[in-house]
Amino acid sequence: MAAVNIILIIFFPNIGFNAVKLSWKNLLEMLAVLPPIFILLGLLDVWVKRETMVKYMGQGSGVVGVLLAYLIGSAAAGPLYAAFPVAAVLLKKGSKLSNVFIMIGAWSTTKIPQILFEASALGTKFMLIRLALDLAGIAIIAVFTQISLNNEEKEDIYNKALSME
Amino acid sequence: MTIALYALAFAALVLSFIKSKENTILSLKKAWKSFENILPQFLTILLVIGIMLSVLTPQQISMLIGSQSGWTGVFIAAVIGSVTLIPGFIAFPLAAALLNSGAGYMQIGAFVSTLMMVGIVTMPVEIKYFGKKAAVIRNSLALAFSFAVAFVMGVAM
Repeated sequence: MAAVNIILIIFFPNIGFNAVKLSWKNLLEMLAVLPPIFILLGLLDVWVKRETMVKYMGQGSGVVGVLLAYLIGSAAAGPLYAAFPVAAVLLKKGSKLSNVFIMIGAWSTTKIPQILFEASALGTKFMLIRLALDLAGIAIIAVFTQISLNNEEKEDIYNKALSME
Repeated sequence: MTIALYALAFAALVLSFIKSKENTILSLKKAWKSFENILPQFLTILLVIGIMLSVLTPQQISMLIGSQSGWTGVFIAAVIGSVTLIPGFIAFPLAAALLNSGAGYMQIGAFVSTLMMVGIVTMPVEIKYFGKKAAVIRNSLALAFSFAVAFVMGVAM
């Protein structure tokens, strides 16, 4: 991609430099949000025992696990791709796959700071309608994704998470 | 919210340090490891977004998804939302500007929803963590869901 950008700068200087400027602005924005996420992730990894995670977010964690998943995702900041390392730690500690998918869904679209921003830009009504749909949609997507995977594929996801060390 | 997260991370770090110095250092090492793991993809994604946003301008987008554009416009909005990854501080003002310049709520619903839930650019990262099948299914379902959002927005707004 860096090469593409250099070519752009040579042939279309306007677009090329603009792209660099935007990437830079994005990079700064990203570096501002990411440190606390990764620090919390590291602490979670070291301090939270596997049994604890299994109890609250694992098989049989029920409603508590689902609510925790929504909560973790919605309290997050930063882009969706920052959610994947967090997902890996949750999986590694024995969280249920569907709960991890709910966390990913909530992270992608019901983040609290983002919702507030959405209301101010597009109106409260727009935001509330989308939020109501999203809360249901996230659960539906999580359940369907989980159902469509066979045991081997599920195991593979857990193994991937374990190898992310 | 970012400040709250910083406060939380700092408090947790202090607490952790009081309980065990070794574990705290281990935590920080793991934090850095996770970050390092995803860093190359982060940087690539940032460059892709930068290039996309400078090639595809708001004026062009608003030409494609005006309120008269109907389901074709919804479809185009969904495609643009899926392939681009625009951070919130640009996306919402952009969506508001698109509404003002003639885009419909249906199209904006599809655009905003796919923008957040469907990530073609981030797919390689998602595959690295969840495998191809799960990543493709999640994104396809999110795309289908976004059309439902567009439909509801068209009726309700």
